[in-house]
Amino acid sequence: MALYSEKVMDHFTNPRNVGIIEDADGVGEVGNAKCGDIMKIYLKIENDIIVDVKFETFGCGSAIASSSMATEMIKGKSIHDAMALTNKAVAEALDGLPAVKMHCSVLAEEAIKNALKDYFDRNNLPYDKKLFPDCANCAHCH
Amino acid sequence: MQVYADNAATTQISRVALEAMMPCFETYYGNPSSLHSIGQEAKELLEDARQRVAACLGCEAREIYFTSGGSEADNQAILSAARYGARRGKKHIISTAFEHHAVLHTLQKLEKEGFEVTLLDVRQGHNITAQQVHDAIREDTCLVTCMYANNEIGSILPIAQIGEVCKDAGVPFHTDAVQAAGHLHIDVKAQNIDLLSLSAHKFHGPKGVGALYARRGFPLVNVIDGGAQERGKRAGTENLPAIRGMAAALEDACANMEENMGRVRAMRDKLIAGLSRIPHCDLNGDRENRLPGNVSFCFEGIEGESLLLLLDMKGVCASSGSACTSGSLDPSHVLLAIGRVHDVAHGSLRLSISEYNTDEEMDHILTVVPQVVQQLRNMSPVWRDLQTGKREFIL
Repeated sequence: MALYSEKVMDHFTNPRNVGIIEDADGVGEVGNAKCGDIMKIYLKIENDIIVDVKFETFGCGSAIASSSMATEMIKGKSIHDAMALTNKAVAEALDGLPAVKMHCSVLAEEAIKNALKDYFDRNNLPYDKKLFPDCANCAHCH
Repeated sequence: MQVYADNAATTQISRVALEAMMPCFETYYGNPSSLHSIGQEAKELLEDARQRVAACLGCEAREIYFTSGGSEADNQAILSAARYGARRGKKHIISTAFEHHAVLHTLQKLEKEGFEVTLLDVRQGHNITAQQVHDAIREDTCLVTCMYANNEIGSILPIAQIGEVCKDAGVPFHTDAVQAAGHLHIDVKAQNIDLLSLSAHKFHGPKGVGALYARRGFPLVNVIDGGAQERGKRAGTENLPAIRGMAAALEDACANMEENMGRVRAMRDKLIAGLSRIPHCDLNGDRENRLPGNVSFCFEGIEGESLLLLLDMKGVCASSGSACTSGSLDPSHVLLAIGRVHDVAHGSLRLSISEYNTDEEMDHILTVVPQVVQQLRNMSPVWRDLQTGKREFIL
């Protein structure tokens, strides 16, 4: 049995939306090199719609696949929809992740939320702080 | 092209070993403990195998105990020396920071029982010196256990010198020779080794079988009780097919050692020279005293598991010491022990080759590894930060 589903391998070997957006409206980065995974998400937002999204990931196969899938799932969607994206939905869209790799999908969700938070902050938009991850105190790396 | 470059994990069984095993399934299937002729035939084959393994190590047949593999032999050797030491009021053990877990976890168990363990620093030259061992020996030291060669980074330890230091100090010396047996010249008497562990599947023998050499008279304690096999020191019906396979594989490896070493070293050096050209990478392990088949690098800005997956898709089977491949959040203890920081240790790659590999395969590896490293760096935010100066290069 293979370690990963075909979907994971597809998104890992042919990742969608790799790169950066120079004039991004929101940028989010989570994880750290010490624990072996970092995800960075760039958002271009027009009229509350995510018109473009790019990512860069340092990490294992499932981290790269999770980033790729998560960016696909929010591209063209409203920021409201993007806020509602869960790690579970990302993992399901990838036809599942091994239990030890579920944190990779969590990182993808958190990277998107951090990028949205950055967008809200830059534009002085109000938001509920409780909806955003507290990466500085997350148990994953600390 | 599929290239198997993970021979430190396990090797393909040799034809010689397989042929030595087959008659033990079909013809000599007796239990060596049985009194009847079929049992006694098996017993003869068992003792013949013991003699042959002993000849490869430079010891007597009665100093060889067959085990289920290297881990069991390590456990038994260390526990035996510890029990013997404790009886004489000696509860200090010296080892190295980059031992295999079969050794380290056994030592941790002993620490919980009140033993004190000194792990020698391996940062200098990614190796240890006999002087370090000498300086660490105390009145109450009951064992020095140092691997013969490191499985991840290939460093070969100065075993003969360590053996001499231990002999002079009257301290038993165990070496985990799992990566060395069949690949390097071993002479337990000349090297003053009291206890040695080896595993058959690392030299083209079958899995699930190994041996413990214990100098005559060394008081072994049992890890497995329940029978008089192996002179009462290891219970359980002997795995005769595997033992015969191991003996044949070891003999074959020792008979062709010089030739294999030359060929494998040449391939190794070709890989090291070629991969060193990748920017911001560094070789792990001792450059001079190095296992013939070991190539180990850290590449900055990438993570090892994704590297292995992409290499596998391009036909290269290798391994890594990244956290994602170790099943924990920490990368390999060996890479951390030699002083690699986490960020860099995650990007490690081990290629371990054998005489079954070819020059064409090395060319293939040298084509795909730089491609895959670049592919991953191109999507790595760490690499971008390194490139733009936001983060400083370590390698």
